[in-house]
Amino acid sequence: MLITEDEALNSELTAMAESYGRSRSALIPMLQNVQSKHSRISEYAMQLIADILDIHPVEVYGVVSFYHFLNTDPKGRFIIRLCRSISCEMTGKDRVARQLINDLGIDFGQTTADGRFTLEWANCIGMCDQGPALMINDAVYTNVTPDKLHDVLDECRRTMGLHAMERRDVCPL
Amino acid sequence: MPVMSASHKGLVTFKQAAADVGLKAAAVKSGTEIIDEITKSGLKGRAGAGFPTGFKWKLASATKGEDINKFVVCNADEGEPGTFKDRVILNECADLVFEGMTIAARAIGAKDGIVFLRGEYAFLRRRLEETLARRRVKNLLGKSVLGVKNFDFDVEIKMGSGAYICGEETALIETLEGHRGEPRNRPPFPVDIGYFKHGTLVNNVETLCWAAIIMSRGAAWFQQAGTSDSAGYKILSVSGDCSAPGVYEFPMGVTIAELLKEVGGEGAKAVQVGGASGVCVPAREFDRRITFEDAATGGSIIVFGPQRDMLHVAENFLEFFVDESCGQCTPCRLGNSKLLEAVRMLKDGVCSMSYLNEVVSLGETMQLAAKCGLGQSSPNAFLSIVNNFKDEIMGRVSGAGA
Repeated sequence: MLITEDEALNSELTAMAESYGRSRSALIPMLQNVQSKHSRISEYAMQLIADILDIHPVEVYGVVSFYHFLNTDPKGRFIIRLCRSISCEMTGKDRVARQLINDLGIDFGQTTADGRFTLEWANCIGMCDQGPALMINDAVYTNVTPDKLHDVLDECRRTMGLHAMERRDVCPL
Repeated sequence: MPVMSASHKGLVTFKQAAADVGLKAAAVKSGTEIIDEITKSGLKGRAGAGFPTGFKWKLASATKGEDINKFVVCNADEGEPGTFKDRVILNECADLVFEGMTIAARAIGAKDGIVFLRGEYAFLRRRLEETLARRRVKNLLGKSVLGVKNFDFDVEIKMGSGAYICGEETALIETLEGHRGEPRNRPPFPVDIGYFKHGTLVNNVETLCWAAIIMSRGAAWFQQAGTSDSAGYKILSVSGDCSAPGVYEFPMGVTIAELLKEVGGEGAKAVQVGGASGVCVPAREFDRRITFEDAATGGSIIVFGPQRDMLHVAENFLEFFVDESCGQCTPCRLGNSKLLEAVRMLKDGVCSMSYLNEVVSLGETMQLAAKCGLGQSSPNAFLSIVNNFKDEIMGRVSGAGA
């Protein structure tokens, strides 16, 4: 039987509502779950969540648009967030940023054409003593130097090949 | 000032603490006795604002009615640039954090605890869940903690989604309830009307740890160190131009010069105390002390070497605030944009002194008029850099550095 993506999302969200409950406080955990599985929260998903929690879709959009880690537009499987706060800045985040742009062929705020990588800035990720630091999805990399980036990105590509449909941390700490 | 140990590096006291001694002592005490001990110790909130912890607990315990649910929330949303002590504490001393939460619950009569962990620290979550599970098995959490009747308490972990403002306690409660992280008006304070209108005690990770230590070592031990208004020790996160960045434990009242010597940051031109919302202390004032009454910090110490351009530092901090302002109130939302614009004008060498004075007065207005504590402190770094480094920032020739 052919199951459309919308139907699949529908049953996924209904199952989620069973475990998180249908109170307003379930909203952000549900959004985080959708975000991590689908790398985005589509308009359709926002509408469904609003129906399930019995709130206006605008309320859901208001929340999604507020937080850095929730987004409506499609993003890559690996979201690279380079810390731009002052401590990482002083340890050379500009050179890391330049090399990321070179290696990925995209600028900050963009996603590669193959849908693998999105490049973004992060505000202080709490690794100030080991800068420059970046996050790839939930995993944190510290003391990053421009020459190490190629290997890190390659590791992502390999993980992607092994678990094509599954989102994983590439470097559990 | 007593010498506490040969080394200040790392979590000296927290790591020495024997497991759950504080909790065992608290379990046989009444709520009032616990609160009295914490009050006597003079412990103040370790996230920077420095509100007396004992008093906060007293207010939370006074919320009426046995059947009213109360919550203990551990604020693990440290987002201040240059702060990472909570990450290290949660990673290395998670048991102590939960012990502190359980003691707080005993003191105010709460049954539920929430750790609000910032999204950036998702990698810590698995270990924390394992620690919680272990504590449940040992009956340090759950029904009748340590076999004490009517002492039920459990903790769950909730994740943040990347928003600096959620470290503000009312914004934190908003996000827990599933809303945008916009601070509420105060009063009412969370201790009266907090998470879903229940009385809610929000404490920083480090504050809860010190509360546990105080219950095991006693208020008098804590009082030995520090100054009259800032008792005890403080965990500092040191980064920037120094040879040994990392987490340090110092008695309150340590001077910036002493601190720099310990971390290998001698010769610094300035030190940012308190992160982006803190103040920039120039070298001539390095005899100032790290205390709530002088240079207050939630833990962030950033060292700037002689080669650093202070205007560049101010620009970085203001970019941070422009990005992280929740946008709810005008002084913070627009004020920070105007300050950033002025810094860029200074960088380009096209800012007149009279315009700079206008902008400084705008910054002072923000300190008064912004809605929450974070908004009120957002112009601090800019104002102290303008104030202390005027000769460096004025009359720049476009394109050239300092």
